[in-house]
Amino acid sequence: MTQTFRIENAGLINREKKISFKFNNKSYFGYEGDTLASALIANGVHLVGRSFKYHRPRGFFGAGVDEPYAIVQLYRNGETEPNIKATEQELFEGLEAKSVNCWPSVNFDIGAINNFLKIFLPAGFYYKTFMWPKSFWYRIYEPFIRKAAGLGVASTKHDKERYEHKYEYCDLLIAGSGPSGLASAYAAAKNGAKVILAEDKPRFGGSLLTSDVNIGNQSGKDWAEGIIAELKSMPNVVVKNRSQIFGYYDHNMLVMSEKVSDHLPATKKYHPNKRLWYIRAKQVLISSGSIERPIVFGNNDTPGVMLSSAAKEYLKVYGVLVGRKPLVFTNNDSGYETAIEFKKHGVDPIVLDTRKNPESEIIDEAKNLGINVKNSYVVVAAQGYKKVKSADIASISEDKKQLGKIENLQCDCICVSGFWTPTIHLASQSGNKTKFKEEIDAFVPGQSKQNEITLGAANGVFSLDETLKTSFKAGSELSKKITENDNEIAIPNVVEKKSSQHDKFWCVPLPKGKNYKRFLDFQNDVAVSDVEIALREGYRSIEHVKRYTTLGMATDQGKTSNLNGLQLVSEIENKVVPAVGHTTFRPPYTPVSIGAIVGREVGKHSKPTRKSPMHSWHEKNNAVFVDAGVWLRPRYYKRGNENLFEASKREAKNVRTNVGVCDVTTLGKIDVKGPDAAELLNRVYTNAWLKLPVGKARYGVMLREDGIVMDDGTTTRISENHYHMTTTTAQAANVLSHLEYYLQLVWPELNVNVVSTTEQWAGAAIAGPKSRDILQKLFPNSDVSNEGLPFMGYMEGDFFGVKARIYRISFSGELAYEVNVESDYGNFMWEKIIEVGEEFNIQPYGTEALSTLRIEMGHVAGSELDGRTIPFDNALEGLVSKKKDFIGKRSLQRSAFIAEDRQRIVGVVPLDKQTSIPEGSHLVKDDKAPLPNPKLGHISASCWSVEYDNPFSLAILKDGKNMIGQKLYAMSPLKNKVIPVEIVSSHYVDPKGERVRS
Amino acid sequence: MLYINCPHCGMRSQNEFSYGGDASVKRPELNKEVSDQEWDDFVYNRKSLRGKHLELWQHISGCRQWIKVERDTATHEIFRTFKADEEVA
Ligand SMILES: [Zn+2]
Repeated sequence: MTQTFRIENAGLINREKKISFKFNNKSYFGYEGDTLASALIANGVHLVGRSFKYHRPRGFFGAGVDEPYAIVQLYRNGETEPNIKATEQELFEGLEAKSVNCWPSVNFDIGAINNFLKIFLPAGFYYKTFMWPKSFWYRIYEPFIRKAAGLGVASTKHDKERYEHKYEYCDLLIAGSGPSGLASAYAAAKNGAKVILAEDKPRFGGSLLTSDVNIGNQSGKDWAEGIIAELKSMPNVVVKNRSQIFGYYDHNMLVMSEKVSDHLPATKKYHPNKRLWYIRAKQVLISSGSIERPIVFGNNDTPGVMLSSAAKEYLKVYGVLVGRKPLVFTNNDSGYETAIEFKKHGVDPIVLDTRKNPESEIIDEAKNLGINVKNSYVVVAAQGYKKVKSADIASISEDKKQLGKIENLQCDCICVSGFWTPTIHLASQSGNKTKFKEEIDAFVPGQSKQNEITLGAANGVFSLDETLKTSFKAGSELSKKITENDNEIAIPNVVEKKSSQHDKFWCVPLPKGKNYKRFLDFQNDVAVSDVEIALREGYRSIEHVKRYTTLGMATDQGKTSNLNGLQLVSEIENKVVPAVGHTTFRPPYTPVSIGAIVGREVGKHSKPTRKSPMHSWHEKNNAVFVDAGVWLRPRYYKRGNENLFEASKREAKNVRTNVGVCDVTTLGKIDVKGPDAAELLNRVYTNAWLKLPVGKARYGVMLREDGIVMDDGTTTRISENHYHMTTTTAQAANVLSHLEYYLQLVWPELNVNVVSTTEQWAGAAIAGPKSRDILQKLFPNSDVSNEGLPFMGYMEGDFFGVKARIYRISFSGELAYEVNVESDYGNFMWEKIIEVGEEFNIQPYGTEALSTLRIEMGHVAGSELDGRTIPFDNALEGLVSKKKDFIGKRSLQRSAFIAEDRQRIVGVVPLDKQTSIPEGSHLVKDDKAPLPNPKLGHISASCWSVEYDNPFSLAILKDGKNMIGQKLYAMSPLKNKVIPVEIVSSHYVDPKGERVRS
Repeated sequence: MLYINCPHCGMRSQNEFSYGGDASVKRPELNKEVSDQEWDDFVYNRKSLRGKHLELWQHISGCRQWIKVERDTATHEIFRTFKADEEVA
């Protein structure tokens, strides 16, 4: 197939390398260096999609980031990605893309009926129409709107691409590699500053790639190439293309998305798809250039209507003609530059200039080339449905109110230039107070809040000479402050053509009797009439107009629509534009893929995984693991075809009758050392700690200052000034911070140090009536008898040559010990315990059996210490000292905390002794009561009691103390269960606690 | 993301720190009679200031020290930082 719109001897593409691709299932080819947009236009394809609201045919409007509507669904290497701008997507072999927002096809789209019913779809239509009746929303309106709206489809598959994050620091970060960016980067680099230069396009040079200028006796493009080559060779400079700085955040941190692989058929091995750079810069130079502004006229969204700068870029960069009969519609000299390029390549353009009699070098050149120029002329409306076929044009009066006789002019594209809008998004995001610059009818950066400066066209400076001078100077001065070097740089001589004043004309009036749609915002389908309606209905603030009409929203962020929208509001409101103000520019400047934001933190990398030293043994022995905070813990050890219920019952039963061993390495451990250690514990825990002897452990409860239980655990006095504190697995980090807070800020006079030792010790809990028998065999030289090592006792022991700590503490309620050795010996310890325990029928048990054992005993854990309960609620008031003060004590006097009918922990048994009660069930008096049924309490934890062989639960129940023996209902609407229950003591098994002391 | 000057470690990004609230709050002394009002002021009542605010941060992924940071709550500007035991003038 021939590329009918590709011309010879133009463009920067590589014609040696053909690339084939598919668009809407049809095969085409382009060249290396093409974008999807340039390749399609070369093949004469202008219809790429349907508009958001009215489903009108849409083509290409820009040639890069400014593109509001050439958005496609991309297919690459078996993956699909929505929201891809065809003007930014580089061509690669095998690329496939499809139109979005059209059904069944882009050529015949059912939704286009909206276009003919457009009178029914004005601004605010959705708000007004789809509100009533309310019941229609979920069934009818929402599915309809969902089907009708949207730009592409997100993939539901796992993304197999890899994304990286990178943190970088630099002296100067420069956004944009046009003349301004290059000049300031060069000057700063020469002063030895650490510079990062970022360009969002594949090619460096910005406007120099398309403008007809001369710098230092070279073409602008050659000069740019020379500078880039030199910058790349300098060790203090990082030069990045395909990299968009999309967000400017606090304290000069900017985020840049680098497309590493999007231009390739598949991501190379070991390469990421995208790399997100977090850059902390001492100084930011914004050289983001400007975007051409459209002029608003009838049907200005017809495919074939585009920015004149885009037409020039397609020609000069890609060697592609956007049409063979171009009409240029301009209010300034830029349109002439595009016309001149057409003419130089053998195409005859016609220029309509809204100005009466402009004079400049550029206009002279155009006229000398024989280009047909019509002054005081405008395009009234584009004609043609899927592509521009002709234009209705007319002369316009000097006051720009009266149109002359409408003439029809044959053309196949309309290239529009309504002057230039500085790209101030980054400056605005940084907190810069932008200001309105009358001469260019646009906002430019004003007072900086952070260390940023905006240069060149982004600052409203459109003269190349001035841009280069100010940028060299800024780069040089700002870097000098940082590096204290001052290398002088000769500023090159610039040859550019002078241009004349533009015309402040932006919108063509409607001719009598015509009702053309005149679009302001092409992405969101917002027309002049929509803004008029919003204002008529009383929306005044530009922020409200934006939301009511959707003007300037979504991924486009008003790149081409912003100023024309403001012009319209200011005209209707009879205010000047600066008085209307502009809406807030929000990051990201361009869409960023979610994968890039997430980076490597996906799947198992989304949080660290901690494994105990015994992990491999658990794996080998069929452990089924569960996440416990960041730890992986065995939930149960599967034997044969056992399920969770069967296995955990077996394990728990074995602890009650024989002996079990549980990996408790994950418990938080904190070393508390120093002469004031006892005093600290005494202030932190609710019970007394000053008299704990060396070699003894004590159970403690700590509160927050608001009286709520924060954590519990045992702490052991290892030696005179050394305590070993344990915390729950979940609260380990918070407790350490809590202690550090009081030691550093509240009681700095206490001479104590705390440090986490969680990972230094491996722990095994040996629990059950036969545990002492095992211990005696493990420590033959130690006296572990009931007298030698009583309940809550502690000793050190020799574990087959390894130093061990032995604590006689129990969570299961059985006679139990906890043995700790240094982590490296953890697996050795574990295997020895299993080996020695074999004759006593030892079995390992997991967290599920552990829960069963503690629930039966009425021992509280995280599900009761849930940040809402005080000691009394957990039947721990006996541990609250009346004599001494401690953290949170004063709060316990609050009236609600001392109320007679205060909630309290109880046991719950189903009346049928069969039905397990779902955790989270609510306890109510009457299961038939009308809603909202008063809730008396909730089930905090449930198990199958191995002692009594029936279900048993713990609950936090209002007035729990006086509820023992009562019959209530446990209701779980989620599980659709209503279970009659009896309230019993929370100490279901061994209420006197004899076993632990046996 | 804020850039915080830890008096012990130097300039570090916000994601190394955790926030600790108003630094001007003084805990009542232990064993002292405290009225309900005083205790509520200590535990619950905070001014939601707009402007300069002295606050606590802990350099949790660094030196683990609690530090005081003088920050503008509206602009995020950080004026000064102090060690835990430094008096703020
Ligand atoms: Zn630090």
